[in-house]
Amino acid sequence: MAIDAATVRKVAKLARIAVPEDRLEPLSQELSSIMNWIEQLQEVDVDGVEPMTSAVAAKLPMREDVVTDGGHPDWVLANAPKSADGFFIVPKVVE
Amino acid sequence: MELTNLTLKAALDGLAAKRFSSEELTRAYLAAIDAANPSLNAYVVTSHDKALEMAKASDARRAQGEAGPLEGAPIGVKDLFATKGVRTTACSKILGEFIPPYESSVTANLWREGAVMLGKLNLDEFAMGSSNETSAFGPVVNPWRAQGSDKKLTPGGSSGGSAAAVAADLCLAATGTDTGGSIRQPAAFTGTVGIKPTYGRCSRWGIVAFASSLDQAGPIAKTVEDAAILLRAMSGHDQKDSTSLNIKVPDFASHIGQSVKGLRIGVPKEYRLDGIPAEIAKLWDEGVAWLKAAGCDVREVSLPHTKYALPAYYIIAPAEASSNLARYDGMRFGLRAEGANLTEVYENSRAAGFGAEVQRRIMIGAYVLSAGYYDAYYLRAQKVRRRIADDFDTAFQEVDAILTPTAPSAAFGIGERVSDPVSMYLNDVFTVTTNLAGLPGLSLPAGLDSQGLPLGLQLIGRPLDEGTLFSLASVMEQAAGFSARPQKWWE
Repeated sequence: MAIDAATVRKVAKLARIAVPEDRLEPLSQELSSIMNWIEQLQEVDVDGVEPMTSAVAAKLPMREDVVTDGGHPDWVLANAPKSADGFFIVPKVVE
Repeated sequence: MELTNLTLKAALDGLAAKRFSSEELTRAYLAAIDAANPSLNAYVVTSHDKALEMAKASDARRAQGEAGPLEGAPIGVKDLFATKGVRTTACSKILGEFIPPYESSVTANLWREGAVMLGKLNLDEFAMGSSNETSAFGPVVNPWRAQGSDKKLTPGGSSGGSAAAVAADLCLAATGTDTGGSIRQPAAFTGTVGIKPTYGRCSRWGIVAFASSLDQAGPIAKTVEDAAILLRAMSGHDQKDSTSLNIKVPDFASHIGQSVKGLRIGVPKEYRLDGIPAEIAKLWDEGVAWLKAAGCDVREVSLPHTKYALPAYYIIAPAEASSNLARYDGMRFGLRAEGANLTEVYENSRAAGFGAEVQRRIMIGAYVLSAGYYDAYYLRAQKVRRRIADDFDTAFQEVDAILTPTAPSAAFGIGERVSDPVSMYLNDVFTVTTNLAGLPGLSLPAGLDSQGLPLGLQLIGRPLDEGTLFSLASVMEQAAGFSARPQKWWE
């Protein structure tokens, strides 16, 4: 499966990674060579096979719906690139 | 007595007998790290003050008669485990100077048992790599060199710092994580023992997530017994990880030295790859002979979907990674780059913060999950994963464990394989199957190649049957008599 430059641009957008124009073509080749190698999966007969979604068949546990931690806004904000007055500062989202 | 040459077991015995203190042991390791790290680059953080503080507290506990099972043992921690107050970056620029306000469950278990943290160990960025070359802090250099050569070799990856530190006597043992072979392949490249336990044995809470259905923590150590001691301490149920298994943790070390007579061992014919070095095939045969001599019944088994494991992994792991790594958006922690609007800030932050291999995998993940391709790639890969797990189920009806090589080559040179992603991925051809199936896999050093570089053999077990692997590995360790150590050329 070849991934052309236009597809790279689309995937980069989906992945929220800025890719400069001059990297689209090299990336298209790198990703295509990986996807071409992956293509061999099409040979496998998977008719009637249930997809495997977890490594161990274990029932997900339930717990009480109660607060078990929290109350430390200073910890939460300690690594923020920008913060003030107990809030994260982010670029303007609403016009 | 050279304190840093001790095994974990011998050090614990020496501490218990008060032949030396944790502070003395810790100081010896810190001095060894200071001498070696400029050459090896195994540690990305060395916390002298914290290590000595922990060592002194440990000595005080012992004096009070309150010694834990790992009391006073200096351990290295892969920089994928969040450590409270100590920088944790997954060796990615996107985490910047991130200092966790919390401790991962696995490391918390170690400190509760009395262990001392020496520092944080280098790895491939977000554990994505097989040579430690994708680290934002530069590659780790393998302490081993080929005979008569001073060429720099990789220690494998992604737990390359952990494996190099153990091999170079820069810690008693280390934690690692393994998503496709990241404990076992570096263990094989450095003449150390590494085990990825059954999925769910160790809590993933506080470990920087790569591919959550595959990630599992485990130890890298100098001996099979040391690996058993450290794995017991790392394991255990944790409510904070919903996939953590709520079962009793066995005393893995009690399986060391147990008879393996009558155990049935499978040798999978599909692992006899074309082009595998003759020395590795020969070592595999020797491993078979050692187990036969110990009374095992060795037979051929078939795992017919083996060749599809790596391509399936390179859909599933990037898909999970693209989702897990969506959290790095430059808003709440880590690197933020400027941009004209919110989307540009996201895009520029992620472009500046993620390295080339991580970007490639996120894009592959986004692609295989995108509309129109989900069924053809992601869903199909999950079905192939089931086929691979079913192969093991079938094999384990006939045998109790499986013996394979750990990696298709010995350690290779830094820079030799970075230009071809697929050839790098092939390093994990023998290890990735157990991650997909959730099974335990152990690598132990079994011999040296003609260049004097270590080679490993891998034992694969039934779910939760690490005990049998430790029994078999201890028998093989004895038979192999692997005593070679790297020359300390950096001193």
